[in-house]
Amino acid sequence: MTLSQLPVGQSGIIRAVNGQGALRLRFLDMGLIPKTKVTVQKKAPLGDPMEIQVRGYQLTLRLSDADHISVEQEAASQ
Amino acid sequence: MILALIGNQNCGKTTLFNSLTGANQHVGNFPGVTVEQKIGEIRGVKNCSVADLPGIYSLRPYTGEEIVTRDFLLDQKPDGIINIVDATNIERNLYLTLQLLELRIPTVLALNMMDEVRANGGTIDVQAMSEKLGVPVVPISAVKNEGVSELVQKAVAAVKENIRPAVLDFCTDGPVHRCIHAVSHLIEDHAHALNAPPRFCATKLIEGDQPMTEKLGLSQNEKELLEHSVLEMEKDAGLDRNAALADMRYSFIEKIVAQTVIKCHESKERRRSVNLDRILTGKYTAIPIFFAAMLLIFWLTFNVIGNALSSLLSLGIDALTGLVDQALTAYGINPVIHSLVIDGIFAGVGSVLSFLPIIVTLFFFLSILEDTGYMARIAFIMDKLLRHIGLSGRSIVPMLIGFGCSVPAILATRTLASDRDRKMTILLTPFMSCSAKIPIYAVFCAAFFPKYQALVMISLYIAGILLAILIALLLKNTAFRGSPIPFVMELPNYRMPSPRNVLLLLWDKARDFLRRAFTVIFVATIIIWFLQTFDIRFNPVTDNSRSLLALLGQGLAPLFRPVGFNDWRVATALVSGFTAKEAVVSTLGVLLNTNTASLATALSGLFTPLSAVSFLLFTLLYTPCVAAVATIKNELKSAGGTFGLVLMQCAIAWIIAFLVYRVGLMLI
Repeated sequence: MTLSQLPVGQSGIIRAVNGQGALRLRFLDMGLIPKTKVTVQKKAPLGDPMEIQVRGYQLTLRLSDADHISVEQEAASQ
Repeated sequence: MILALIGNQNCGKTTLFNSLTGANQHVGNFPGVTVEQKIGEIRGVKNCSVADLPGIYSLRPYTGEEIVTRDFLLDQKPDGIINIVDATNIERNLYLTLQLLELRIPTVLALNMMDEVRANGGTIDVQAMSEKLGVPVVPISAVKNEGVSELVQKAVAAVKENIRPAVLDFCTDGPVHRCIHAVSHLIEDHAHALNAPPRFCATKLIEGDQPMTEKLGLSQNEKELLEHSVLEMEKDAGLDRNAALADMRYSFIEKIVAQTVIKCHESKERRRSVNLDRILTGKYTAIPIFFAAMLLIFWLTFNVIGNALSSLLSLGIDALTGLVDQALTAYGINPVIHSLVIDGIFAGVGSVLSFLPIIVTLFFFLSILEDTGYMARIAFIMDKLLRHIGLSGRSIVPMLIGFGCSVPAILATRTLASDRDRKMTILLTPFMSCSAKIPIYAVFCAAFFPKYQALVMISLYIAGILLAILIALLLKNTAFRGSPIPFVMELPNYRMPSPRNVLLLLWDKARDFLRRAFTVIFVATIIIWFLQTFDIRFNPVTDNSRSLLALLGQGLAPLFRPVGFNDWRVATALVSGFTAKEAVVSTLGVLLNTNTASLATALSGLFTPLSAVSFLLFTLLYTPCVAAVATIKNELKSAGGTFGLVLMQCAIAWIIAFLVYRVGLMLI
C-alpha cells in the first residue's frame, strides 16, 4: 500500500520511495528512505495533508505526494 | 575571519545568531548572492563575524535557500562553519552535518537544546561523538545562552589552528563505498584545480548534480567512466543513486547515534505539543481557532494597539508641526516655503511614520506565530485551500493582513519559504481591499446606496478576492508555471518565543522600512505637494482648479469617459489617492468645495449609481498607494517588475470598471 493509504495511528515500514525530481530528493533528505519506520499521526482538518512521525520528528506532506511512497503496514501491535 | 552559521530549519539558528552577535547585525552584501544574509560581529571576539545562512536540510541545488548556502560555502569560502544541530532531533539534523563535513572547512558542531534532552532523561556522549565525527562538538542551549562562549572559543581555535574535519568513510565497505572512492579518484585533479574537496565533488557527481558537473569540466571519457561506476553501484546496492547515498548517510548516522546517544523518553515538550495540536490542528477546532486568532491579531493591530500608538505618534507630529508653523509665521517667511515645510515635508514625514506603529505591532504578533511553531500549523491546516491557486498554506497570512494594510502584508511575505510563493503572494496582496479604502466606500455607499451599504461593501471585498483567485490561476499557468517547492515540511514542537528574538526582529523591521521606504514615500509626497501648489507658470495657486495637479486631472479625465466618470475633479482625486487612499475623499471634498456632510449631495451631481459602482471598483483595483509600491519594489528587488505591476493593476481596474459600466448601461 502507499503511505497515503496507511490509516491514522498505524505504522509502516517504507518499501520504496518513488516520485521524481525535487520532491523525491526532499523525501530522501528528510529521512524517508527504504526500511524506515513511519507512523501516521493525523490528517489535516480538510482531510489533506497528513502528519507523520519519522525518525523521532513530525513531518507533514500532501496525500498526492505520499502516494509515491510505498509502505508495508506493521501488524497492529496492540 | 568569517564563520558561516548553518543548520536545519527550526533548530534555534536565529536564537544562536542573536546570542552570538547581540544587536550588532547588518545585512551582508556578497557578490552573486541575491538573497540577503545577515552578518554580525561576534561579541567579545575581535575581527570575527558570523553569517546567518538560510535554514536548509541538504546541500542540493534545488531550493533558493539551498543554492544560497551552497554558493556561499563554495564561492565565498568562509573560514569556518558553526553547524547548529537540534539535539532533540539528532538523526535528521546530522544528515546535513555529514554533507558539510565533506567540504573539509574547519567546523564545530553545536548541539543545541541539550537542556531539553537532559531534562527528559537523555544523554549524549559528546566526547565519543566528536571522535566519531572528527570535529569538535559543543553542547549548548541557545535560549539559555549556555555553552555559547565555549562554542565561540572552539570555533575560533578550529579556524586559527586550521583543524579540518577528519576524512571519514561514512560508507562502510560496500557498493556505495567503492563507487565514491572510484569517482573521487577519477576526478581528483579536476577538484584540486577548483580548490574543492574531491570527496564532496564525488558525492555531488554521483547524485547527478548538474552545476557541479559543469564546474569540474569533465571530459567525455570521464563522464562515461563516472556513469559506469554509478550504474554498477545502483545494480549492486539495489537502490538508485540518490536513495543509495541517502541510505549510506542515514545508516552511518544510525550507527553513531546508537553508540553515543541515549535518547530521551517522550519529552515534556513533545507531549505538550501533542496536547496543543489536539485543539489547534483538531478536525473541528483548527479552522475556527485560526480565524479567531487572525481576527484577534487584526483587531489588536489595527484598532487597539496600532491605533493607540498611531494617535500618540500623530499627537507628537501635530504638536511639532504646530510649533514649527507658529515659528515660521512669526518669522514671516515666504508663504511658499512655509507651505513646503508644513504641507510638504512635515506631511511627507508624517505619512511615512504613520505606518510604523502598524508594522511594529503586526510583526510582534507574526514573530510570535512563527517562533512558537504555530505558523507551520497554519500551513498544515490551510494547505488544501491554497493549493488550488498554486500557493501553499502560509500565504494566507500575508493575504489576510492585506485587508488591513498592504505595506505590512507585503513585508510579511518574508515568512514564506520559497521565492516563487513570495513573489506570487506579493502580486496578489494588493487585491485584498485595504482599510484605507473604507472611507471611500463609505462616502459613496452613503450617497448612492443608503439602503444597501453593507451589501455593497461586502461585494467589493468579494470582488477583490475573486479577482485575486482569477489572477492566481492565470499566474499559476503562465509566469509561475513549473513545480512549486515540494510541500514536505517539519512540524516543530511548540516553543516559547524568545523575547530577544522578537525585539530584534521588530527593531530590524522598523529600521528596514524607514530606511528603504522613506525616500520614495517622501519624494512622492513632495511631488504631489508641488503639483497642488503651483500652476503651469509656477506661480502659487489660489484656486485649486488651476493647479498643475488639476491640469493633470484634466488631461487624464478623458481616459475615464468610457468607464462613466469623465470629470477632471474625479481624475485629480484618483491621482492624489496615490499618496494615500484616504486622500481620494478629502481631495474630492476640496475640489467640490464641500465639507464631509454635504459631500454626498455634491457627488450625486457627478455620478449616477452605475458610474458610482464603476468608480468603486476602479478604486478597489487601481494602483496601490505609494507606500505599498515602495515596499513592493524593495521586496521584488525590481523597479521594472514593480512598474509592470502598477500598470497591470490600473489596466485591470479600468477593464473591470469598463465592463461593469457598459454591461450595466445595456441592462438598465
